[in-house]
Amino acid sequence: MRVALVDGGGTNIGSVSYALERLGATSRLTADPADILAADRVILPGVGAAGAGMRRLRELGLVDVLGQVQAPLLGVCLGMQLLFERSAEDGGVATLGLVPGEVVGIPASAQVRVPHMGWNSLTGIVDDPLLTGIEEGERAYFVHSYAAPTGPHTLASTDHGGSWSAVVRSGLRWGAQFHPERSSSLGARLLRNFLVEVDR
Amino acid sequence: MTLARRILPCLDVREGRVVKGTRFRDHRDMGDIVELAQRYAASGADELVFYDITASPEGRGVDVGWVERVARAIDIPFCVAGGIRSVETARAVLHAGADKVSVNTPATQRPELVGELAEAFGVQCVVVGVDSLRDEDGHWRIRQFTGNPDATRALEVTTLDWVRRVVDLGAGEVVLNCMGSDGVREGYDLEQLAAVREVCPVPLVASGGAGATQHFIDVFAEADVDGALAATVFHDGSIPIPSLKQSLAAAGIEVRA
Repeated sequence: MRVALVDGGGTNIGSVSYALERLGATSRLTADPADILAADRVILPGVGAAGAGMRRLRELGLVDVLGQVQAPLLGVCLGMQLLFERSAEDGGVATLGLVPGEVVGIPASAQVRVPHMGWNSLTGIVDDPLLTGIEEGERAYFVHSYAAPTGPHTLASTDHGGSWSAVVRSGLRWGAQFHPERSSSLGARLLRNFLVEVDR
Repeated sequence: MTLARRILPCLDVREGRVVKGTRFRDHRDMGDIVELAQRYAASGADELVFYDITASPEGRGVDVGWVERVARAIDIPFCVAGGIRSVETARAVLHAGADKVSVNTPATQRPELVGELAEAFGVQCVVVGVDSLRDEDGHWRIRQFTGNPDATRALEVTTLDWVRRVVDLGAGEVVLNCMGSDGVREGYDLEQLAAVREVCPVPLVASGGAGATQHFIDVFAEADVDGALAATVFHDGSIPIPSLKQSLAAAGIEVRA
């Protein structure tokens, strides 16, 4: 299986490829459109800000390419946020528009610290091949300041001063707001499901 | 269910090995870094902090070889502290697979560093470590060069002002090391942590003083910190993480099982 890891300049690319390695899968770090379009699975990682992330994808000529991907696509953390239509980060950024919805800032309060950082539970889990074997209430590692409110595309949510999308899906595009590569057995399960359970 | 409070074992690293010294001296080899990291990850640690004790006092950067080995081996997040003085060194450490970098003395020398790191990598990668001690006038103030007892210096800025400032600059998390309670194992400095909590809107991690399970319960219940860091009680096996988590859960504190 050819797994393309889109080199969008995020710093968690190494961690994602190591997590795939631990599952016995090899991935190819690439910004080459032909590689991405020929892959059986495409993962869009990313840590950082939406503005810089989109700028980098535009410079690499990957904005349209990601829209053309026919294979299952998984966005991770910022990679998931970029799948939506718009992000409020950096004063407002038009993003890839592959999943309907918008990303907004998590409102901080005395009890709600931002960034949302740490292990939070997944709730409202919808039956989906990506979430096979993942139980209601299991915890994943989150670290982000912006988030997508829950909506019709939400497959699992998490609570931090409001209910946020933890996993989303639109067609063959999935996104995980948490870091599966750093979410212990739950994360490994999700990545394995993405490789094995999710079919074209 | 909500966000879990975190338990963070801290490992001192010297030339790619985990070491333990008594008050920064006489370091004893504790074992292979990857082996220990995997053991902690398997025991339920929520996050690991590696403090490169060779890097900072000697003016060297971090050797990213061990960072990459750890990143390959474990599936929980980890932070690297010590020796990070620039966006370039931080980038090398993050690209090697660390999830966060922590800056302490270099931030006191050049506070703009915090903003530069946040701008380059996002606030979620940027931890500011603060070494703090109460002075005779009753105010907590920060210390720099704490890695070397002979070089440690007190600064004018109060701890509360410093925490406000680094958060404004872009710290995504603050680790407050209360030097007065550090190494004494008589509990975290609840008064100081609670005072810093008041001015710290980002996640706050308590460090210094853990000696018993009750100390962890107290620091979460009374100082409302997001995480508790400790070294000795985990390394010497006196507080196994699984039983600590059980005690915390029994006390009504949200933890990851």
